[in-house]
Amino acid sequence: MSQLFPRYANTLARASIVAVVLGLVGLGVVGYGWVQSSYATGVATHVSQPVPFSHEHHVSGLGLDCRYCHTSVETSSFAGMPSTHTCMTCHSQIWKDSPTLAPVRESLTTGTPIVWNRVYRLADFAYFDHHAHVAKGVGCTTCHGAIERMPLTAAAHPMRMQWCLECHRSPERFLRPREEVFNVRWTPPHDQIEQGRRLMQAYGVPAHGLDNCSVCHR
Amino acid sequence: MTMSWDAIRNRLSDVQGARYWQSLEELCDEPGFQELVAREFPAHAAFWESPLTRRRFLQLMGASLALAGLTACSLRTAEKLVPYVRDPEGVTPGKPQFFASAMVRDGHATGLLFESHLGRPTKIEGNPDHPMSLGATDAFMQAAVLDLWDPDRSQTVVTRGRVSTWEAFESELLRQRQQWQAAQGSGLRLLTEETTSPTLVRQVEALLRQYPRARWYRHDPVDRSALLAGAEEAFGQALVPHYRFDRADVVLTLDSDVLADEPASLRYAREFAARRRPEGPMNRLYAVEAAATLTGAMADHRRPMRSLDVGVWAGKLLARLQDGLPAADPWLEAVARDLLAHPGRSLVVVGYSQPALVHAIGHALNARLGNLGQTVTFTAPAPPPATAPFADLVAEMHRGEVQSLFILGANPVWTAAPELAFDAALRRVPFSAHLGLYQDETSALCTWHLPEAHFLEAWSDARAYDGTASILQPGIAPLYEGRSTHEVLAMALGSPTRSGLELVRETWRGAHPGTDFEAFWTGALEKGLVPGTSLPPVVPTPRGTPVAPPQAPAGLELVLRPDPTIWDGRFANNAWLQELPKPLSKLTWDNAALMSPVAAERLGLSNGDVVELRVGERSITAPVWIAPGQADDSVVLTLGYGRKVGRVAHGQGSNAYVLRSAGAPWIQPGLVLRKTDRTYPLATTQRHHRMAGEPLVQVSTLQAIAATGSMPTEAPPSLYPEVAYPGHKWAMAIDLNACTGCSACVVACQAENNIPVVGKEQVMREREMHWLRIDRYYEGPLDAPRTYFQPVPCMHCENAPCEVVCPTAATVHDDEGLNAMVYNRCVGTRYCSNNCPYKVRRFNFFQFSDWTTESLKGMRNPEVTVRSRGVMEKCTYCVQRIQAAKGDEAATGRPIRDGEVRTACQAACPTRAIVFGDLNDPASEVAALKAGPRHYALLGDLDTRPRTTYLSRVRNPNPALEEA
Repeated sequence: MSQLFPRYANTLARASIVAVVLGLVGLGVVGYGWVQSSYATGVATHVSQPVPFSHEHHVSGLGLDCRYCHTSVETSSFAGMPSTHTCMTCHSQIWKDSPTLAPVRESLTTGTPIVWNRVYRLADFAYFDHHAHVAKGVGCTTCHGAIERMPLTAAAHPMRMQWCLECHRSPERFLRPREEVFNVRWTPPHDQIEQGRRLMQAYGVPAHGLDNCSVCHR
Repeated sequence: MTMSWDAIRNRLSDVQGARYWQSLEELCDEPGFQELVAREFPAHAAFWESPLTRRRFLQLMGASLALAGLTACSLRTAEKLVPYVRDPEGVTPGKPQFFASAMVRDGHATGLLFESHLGRPTKIEGNPDHPMSLGATDAFMQAAVLDLWDPDRSQTVVTRGRVSTWEAFESELLRQRQQWQAAQGSGLRLLTEETTSPTLVRQVEALLRQYPRARWYRHDPVDRSALLAGAEEAFGQALVPHYRFDRADVVLTLDSDVLADEPASLRYAREFAARRRPEGPMNRLYAVEAAATLTGAMADHRRPMRSLDVGVWAGKLLARLQDGLPAADPWLEAVARDLLAHPGRSLVVVGYSQPALVHAIGHALNARLGNLGQTVTFTAPAPPPATAPFADLVAEMHRGEVQSLFILGANPVWTAAPELAFDAALRRVPFSAHLGLYQDETSALCTWHLPEAHFLEAWSDARAYDGTASILQPGIAPLYEGRSTHEVLAMALGSPTRSGLELVRETWRGAHPGTDFEAFWTGALEKGLVPGTSLPPVVPTPRGTPVAPPQAPAGLELVLRPDPTIWDGRFANNAWLQELPKPLSKLTWDNAALMSPVAAERLGLSNGDVVELRVGERSITAPVWIAPGQADDSVVLTLGYGRKVGRVAHGQGSNAYVLRSAGAPWIQPGLVLRKTDRTYPLATTQRHHRMAGEPLVQVSTLQAIAATGSMPTEAPPSLYPEVAYPGHKWAMAIDLNACTGCSACVVACQAENNIPVVGKEQVMREREMHWLRIDRYYEGPLDAPRTYFQPVPCMHCENAPCEVVCPTAATVHDDEGLNAMVYNRCVGTRYCSNNCPYKVRRFNFFQFSDWTTESLKGMRNPEVTVRSRGVMEKCTYCVQRIQAAKGDEAATGRPIRDGEVRTACQAACPTRAIVFGDLNDPASEVAALKAGPRHYALLGDLDTRPRTTYLSRVRNPNPALEEA
């Protein structure tokens, strides 16, 4: 009886085992890469909006304070989105015929709200409180990135638990004085860790327990 | 189940000391019961219905394991942010607002505050300023938001089965008004429920002025007219009694569930419980009643007695008090002596189901004891005065004298006594318009059905039981085309464009003609009541001694009662209330013919056997439920079941209205029972979530405490290291002495925490989702047991057995002692539930939460995750409320005060039985309670170190009656 399998079948078998193992590892690597990529996290991906609102222009150019539009950031868990009326306080006077702003004017005349596409999205089982963070010295740019340099708004960080925990486990790395919270050009001092510890003390930020599940999940 | 009655009685009489039991099955040692206790979800194994082979099962398991990881991945779905066009004043997105309003039941208002998230009412709390709420709510108030968002509500005008419009109704009304004009309204009749609304009264008066020959009738299934008739008989004037439990040392209730089903029950329960602390002067309660009630369960001495015999007994007591000769009945004699020893500080309460004569005897008893003006005060009933009897209207309709009939709010086709034949009478009325929340039995027979606005959608006003007026403000614009009673009456008056707000303001402007009306109006809205509107007390003079009623013939009686969870049936389509276990029987989704063990033994009946109940010509069938403590010759059936409409209400239970008689709405002699050969499955939770170990409830007597003193139980020594909790240390104490079992907390928890309902079939499989259950225990003899209630939420054990067995760390401890549940980590192994000695964990076996019905999305609390299938959940100590308080603490720098974080159950509780707070605050109420002598931990010997602990129940028995 002749050989059923040629000699190279052995090599083929060994190679295919290696290939399967490598393939699985590769799949894992690619999968992890995809999960971390901005395709999955949405980081640095511009979201199309009904009006191409530029934070760069309004913040850097005009020097508007964050709280002019995000009014409830110091009083509520939700920072607040400006009503059409807020936009029109200025835009009834300047750029009042700009075609870009047509949806804003239309919203005011028809009474239909402008529907924005959300940029930062938390999972439904996670709860975030703006006013607690702002009061404890977490600056706007700590989470929202260099918003003053964004002509179109994109997420600066993935809203993943791992990322939240970086700060919740060592807040001293990120805290800044309360009066600097809304300063978009603030940069950490060279002794941030030391300063951060001092601020934790001053603001009553607990050193332990911020990574408890019940802090964000309910 | 086969009952062996002798075995049960022997078993109970052989017991040394106290023995607590929950169900008859457990006493007769039914085979399988021990197995039931031993297993977590005993019903499941029996429900492997699918014809799945082992091989296919393994295939599916393999595939689901392989794919399990994927469920953690979620794609970024687009989400919208929709700001206002113009910011409404005072609204901060993310911060709920609270508005004062009131809920009206049986014509009487109870003040409330509703929580509004961006204009969506999601939760109801009590109004601390309102005299009938004092900050508490009942289960009906808690469930009102589900009524508001109920997708089954009537959404459009219907005429003769076809969808129509309000405009069409208005043009029809124009024609009608011409007829009324011509005949001065002689064929025009108005039917409402009992009402105290000043605006409604004003409108009806205007209508009657416009059409002098029109007439107004009222009909309410919960008929309390005997109260007025009784006062008429005793004092010569129609008065309503107001009980002052805060002043009463000894209370005797005669067939009355005064702590649960009176319009002022929330206040009564609060004042009763406040006088029931063993630390202070503790009151004593005697209850004489046919049905086992919540009031009876609180009693130190309870005597089951046929409702028909209560009057005779009361007459004997009156004779004993008046002539001073010792009575033959030692029980009566002991009660009489106790009452006589507390002149002016005792109280006799007669239930509304008793006839007027018994009320007159009750007044005479209070007069003899010097209680008038002390523990019982009187006022005139809140206006308007009573109308002609409802039966007159039906007679007019039968005679064809009624051409136009408005039925505003009531559902008489279903609730009227059948001998009146209201449905046949209604068919003779050429124009009939029914305004109601649902398209119900009445609207089906009316020529027009009009959708009614829910009370959270409309402006109105009403008076509380003590006369205090409240203005009801809406929390949301009508979800459908609903309009209020006031708006429909305005149409009938010829001004269809008047809004409810205008109409209510007009009423109050009339009452406050000054220039400061706006200040008055805002003040009344803000406070939830109009100050100074309570009725002035009347001091009545008794008119001689009433004669005791004659002895009723022996035999079975039928007692009808409003249902403890769906009342007269108006809440029948409310799934929260349908699934709320009835406080005593723990039945859900059904009513049953409740009878005593003796009666059941006599007739050879056991739970679930279907019997035919016949009174005179009429009969219905209903399943039997054996209710320990019920009077032997009394069968109790609750109203409200057997509805023919509504997706939730339809087909549940038996319609007790069929057996109702217009003359005797509550008690009827001559009941004939006949056993059928059918059985009916009843869903009761009384054997669910059982704990192993004794004693679960701790009970002692005031005398025993005085004699021996009582020390708080020390936590046992532990092998586990002590954990320090430097920040907050949240804990709860539940006072079993204050808990009346009313179950408001259970619905409050459901509303606050987005807890789904599961349906009758799933309840029978022990899958109900309530995070907080109330266990009911009996102690002592089968026929007259003592009853205790024990609310059981998660214990938040410091050494939590659930945490160590979770393979995914989905349940973990936090630094403040909360036993947290992380839904997104849970993979549904259910090990935690299996290891929980308190059985407080609930598993979503199916997708119980409704994620598709649009209106229900608006109802949910946005601060709490809506859980999915395959996830374990349980009480969180309302962590969202803790976190909200901590967020504010962080922002303002002001530390959280004791009492600032109140759990939903605590806030709802009428008797303040539940106290929550921070144990690290030595001044907190919870810390003080836990240091007290009555404190104990449930199953404390397991060294679980529960944070939820209990204060033992203390009875205050009369030494003359206490058996050795």
